[in-house]
Amino acid sequence: MNNKDSGSSFLKKISEYKGWLYLLPAIIFLGIFMVYPLIDVFVYSFEEGYNFASQSFFGTGMYNYSYVLHDPYFLQAVKNTFIIVIITVPLSTVIALFISVLLSRIEKLRSLFQTIYFLPYVTNTLAVGLVFMILFKKTAYTDGMINLLINAFGGSSVDFIDGPYWAKMTVMCIYTIWIVMPFKILILTSALSSVNPDYYSAARVDGTRPWRIFYRITLPMISPMIFYLVITGFIGAFKAYSDEVALFGVDLNSAGMNTIVGYVYDMLYGDSGGYPSFASAAAILLFIIVLTITVINLMISDSDN
Amino acid sequence: MEVVLEHLTKVFPSRDKKNPADVYAVNDFDFTIPDGKLIGLLGPSGCGKSTTLNLICGLLQPTQGRILFGENDVTNLPPEARGVGLVFQNYALYPHLTVRQNIMFPLQNLRGEEKLTKEVMNAKAEEAAKLVQIDMLMDRKPKELSGGQQQRVAIARALVKRPQVLLLDEPLSNLDARLRLQTREEIKRIQTETGITTIFVTHDQEEAMSISDLIVVMKDGILQQIGRPQEVYDEPVNMFVAKFLGTPQINMFDGRVSGGMLYLGETPVMKTTAPDKEVHVGIRPEGFVLAGVDAPSTGTAGAVATADDGTKPLECALKAVEVSGRDVSIVSTNPASQGVNIRSIMGSDRNLNIAGETVSFRLKPHKVYLFDKETEDRIYEQ
Repeated sequence: MNNKDSGSSFLKKISEYKGWLYLLPAIIFLGIFMVYPLIDVFVYSFEEGYNFASQSFFGTGMYNYSYVLHDPYFLQAVKNTFIIVIITVPLSTVIALFISVLLSRIEKLRSLFQTIYFLPYVTNTLAVGLVFMILFKKTAYTDGMINLLINAFGGSSVDFIDGPYWAKMTVMCIYTIWIVMPFKILILTSALSSVNPDYYSAARVDGTRPWRIFYRITLPMISPMIFYLVITGFIGAFKAYSDEVALFGVDLNSAGMNTIVGYVYDMLYGDSGGYPSFASAAAILLFIIVLTITVINLMISDSDN
Repeated sequence: MEVVLEHLTKVFPSRDKKNPADVYAVNDFDFTIPDGKLIGLLGPSGCGKSTTLNLICGLLQPTQGRILFGENDVTNLPPEARGVGLVFQNYALYPHLTVRQNIMFPLQNLRGEEKLTKEVMNAKAEEAAKLVQIDMLMDRKPKELSGGQQQRVAIARALVKRPQVLLLDEPLSNLDARLRLQTREEIKRIQTETGITTIFVTHDQEEAMSISDLIVVMKDGILQQIGRPQEVYDEPVNMFVAKFLGTPQINMFDGRVSGGMLYLGETPVMKTTAPDKEVHVGIRPEGFVLAGVDAPSTGTAGAVATADDGTKPLECALKAVEVSGRDVSIVSTNPASQGVNIRSIMGSDRNLNIAGETVSFRLKPHKVYLFDKETEDRIYEQ
């Protein structure tokens, strides 16, 4: 009796482990290339003066964090990143929603317009940056398209690429919004078209005004998609780097337009680079910021549902 | 409120490039729906019944014709100004709102002088919910309700503004068979209690027959017949109506009228006053009277006898006998039949013991209909 029991529980155990066996290849690869580096970064961030070549460090402690948090370049990067996040995420979502609603209203040529609005998504960031340079950059020969427009309305030229901070930040935000828009429009148009038209008919029979239909019916129906876009938008904007390079080149610190990811990169490979410990500490700080914001986002969306 | 449709026509432009002819979803409808009645719009799918409903509620604009509610021409009024309530086939309850919020939604749209206080809105919602017996579910979300309960919420939402006309699009099609029976009685009860003119769309003839005061039979956008259910069943104006109403379906035969006698194949089955010609013959399943069973094994043959008026029973090959408890259906075949099988229903109060190879039937004349071969219109006795 006892034997039989232990036999069947043994079989049971095997079938329990079977699942893990199937998962093993994925676990090994993810472990080596994702989990281990993450842990490693965490470890580096506490090791002072870690050196790649000699694999040595002076000591452990909070010094790396203290250094990074007192580095004016890092503080500037945090400030830039937050400004970009706070301005571009809500603005791009609202504008994308507006365009999607208009797109879903038109019947003729809808697919043509959808293609046009999606084109920026498949265009290379640097190519877009080049176009923005042509539009905004002030050179010895021309003030650029936008300045010509400003002049036409009686304003004076502004150097958007090498000029004052607010001008650079303005271009940066316009650029970021422009570049993240296509994906949001794509998601929102499909979300809008998945709303059953009967809801709109029902609302019309009940004499609901268009604006009320929008905020009482359309918005709640597509709110899961909006939350998805806001959360991924926050994460994406906090991790911005290549967009800044496209506009202002690799020396972002001297342009005053560095971001947190840019700071991490500079600490690793930049001209003043070679400080993996500081880079790790900055990366962990970024991780904490993104985690906090995402958790807050999720809590808000949960309490709404 | 009486609803008058005057030469109502709705044309949709063709989307098919190979066939550019316009689609007449509703073609020259001209009839009056009396006040305070329950009306069933009946027809196969694609016959324009939902279009008719949408025209009446104002979601669609007619191409031609007028719609009047009583004396008022509402043809050009938007839905909300017509005083209609509409229940959608899929109920269209707002999933993010509770039952109470769903029912109150139409009231919250009121503006200006019509604007109601929260208390009044709440009271009205409660009243509508009580009418459809869902007042204990007010704070649930639609997805927490069963199909039948969702249906009731949808009806309550349509009724909360006290519409003059209540419209139901396929109200029972999303429910299971048992709930369907219950709900159709419920709809009848609500209609009787409120006295609101109610129009519902269905493709299920049984549903329409069972609760409607009047049924309107449609086909391809054209009105076929309008009348009380029993009237339409007993006196169909054409072959389509005869075939569409009734389960089991009417049995169709190729027949011939010659010298005041109706022949099915070579058998003279019934005297008639119709003029001589080839005809379609429709016989209701309950229109057969068992005249005899030829059972060679027992040797009681010879049931086929000529009656005094010269008619003979119709002899059919027996295929099967189905006993349902309430009645017995005899499935048989005959060369003159247009369908594969002839289905006849006998009451089961007599202990029928049918076995053999052929059965013969006499016909009940008022259950036999003659239709023109060309137009498929009814040929009436003269």
